[in-house]
Amino acid sequence: MHNEHTDSHFQKRIDDGEHIEPKDYMPDGYRKHLIRQMSQHAHSEVIGMQPEGNWITRAPSLRAKQILLAKIQDEGGHGLYLYSAAETLGISRAEMIEQLHTGKAKYSNIFNYPALNWADIGAIGWLVDGAAIVNQVSLQRTSFGPYSRAMVRICKEESFHQRQGYEIMARMMKGTKDQQAMAQDAMNRWWWPALMMFGPHDIDSPHSGDAVKWKIKRESNDTLRQKFIDKTVQQAELIGLVMPDKDIKWNESKGHYDHGKIDWDEFHRVIKGNGPCNKQRLDHHINYFNEGAWVRDAAEAYKIKHLKEELVIA
Amino acid sequence: MKTEDNQLDLWEVFIQSKSGLPHIHSGSVHASDVKMAMQNARDIYTRRGEGTSIWVVPSKAIKASNPDDNDMLFDPSNDKIYRHPTFYIMPEGAKNI
Ligand SMILES: [Fe+2]
Ligand SMILES: [Fe+2]
Repeated sequence: MHNEHTDSHFQKRIDDGEHIEPKDYMPDGYRKHLIRQMSQHAHSEVIGMQPEGNWITRAPSLRAKQILLAKIQDEGGHGLYLYSAAETLGISRAEMIEQLHTGKAKYSNIFNYPALNWADIGAIGWLVDGAAIVNQVSLQRTSFGPYSRAMVRICKEESFHQRQGYEIMARMMKGTKDQQAMAQDAMNRWWWPALMMFGPHDIDSPHSGDAVKWKIKRESNDTLRQKFIDKTVQQAELIGLVMPDKDIKWNESKGHYDHGKIDWDEFHRVIKGNGPCNKQRLDHHINYFNEGAWVRDAAEAYKIKHLKEELVIA
Repeated sequence: MKTEDNQLDLWEVFIQSKSGLPHIHSGSVHASDVKMAMQNARDIYTRRGEGTSIWVVPSKAIKASNPDDNDMLFDPSNDKIYRHPTFYIMPEGAKNI
């Protein structure tokens, strides 16, 4: 009999294009990498509700308010799909939340930037969800079954997110001079952080070796970033927005846009906790988690009370 | 120190997308009782007409087969080719069989 509990047998399954399911043998590193990546992804969905949630009560119309509510509800759902997918690897949701609160687990850096005005809601949907979609479409083919299935579900819901954002931008660009200036300003502020969402350049990316070998990651950071840039430039030009990068230029021989240098110093400054909203985002999550404790306790007490009643009847 | 689990029980959600089709596993929810599990499953998995029926099952009640037993459980039984219709010799000219 061949031994199925070896790294080489595992790698052969991966190379053959098989999916790995929770009870299958997997190397410790694979499990750890997935827990880190999936919990970070889940936390990002949930923390990402904050910058937009801030605008629900200030949406400019009932239509806009309904759309924003539905979008934010989706993001909460995405967080829950991903937490359950990560739980199949043997970590509890309570542990993941604790790691978020102690800073051991991260969330996407992009949500440490503020949504200053209504144009930001447009820019977030169009650029931030747009960048997330490029990444998530690629992750639909990730090797871990529950993660891949969660991504398929999430991608189905995401396209409305990007379109509602682009619609806001397009409408503002058809509006007054002031509205156009707001849209351009939001574009200028969100463009570079959106590019940073794809992570460091391939040559500086410490974790990607194993992730590629294990087919957790299917395309490199730079490949995904380039896809996003190539899609976005035309959309920006169509509605009259100027790309906030003077080096953006179509490169005929490559068949891609060239772009300017990304300010990685800023990226590292924000990741280390010195972004505009790091403290606010985490404090808000911790406060609501603590303030909501009584609801969970009450639900448990109610369950136990009814279990006892059932026992008496039986 | 072990983290206290304060996230309620885990339930598995199965959704039938259209009448006549089987219920298919969609994902999981946390809930303290069946009523909450049903409500959460509805809110999380069927916001866009994804289903006509939901089953929720406590995850603890599901027993999954062990991948180590796969050879035994899912042996294709290639020696039992008489399980397949192509094994049988039909008389020349027989139609619709
Ligand atoms: Fe999302
Ligand atoms: Fe989204």
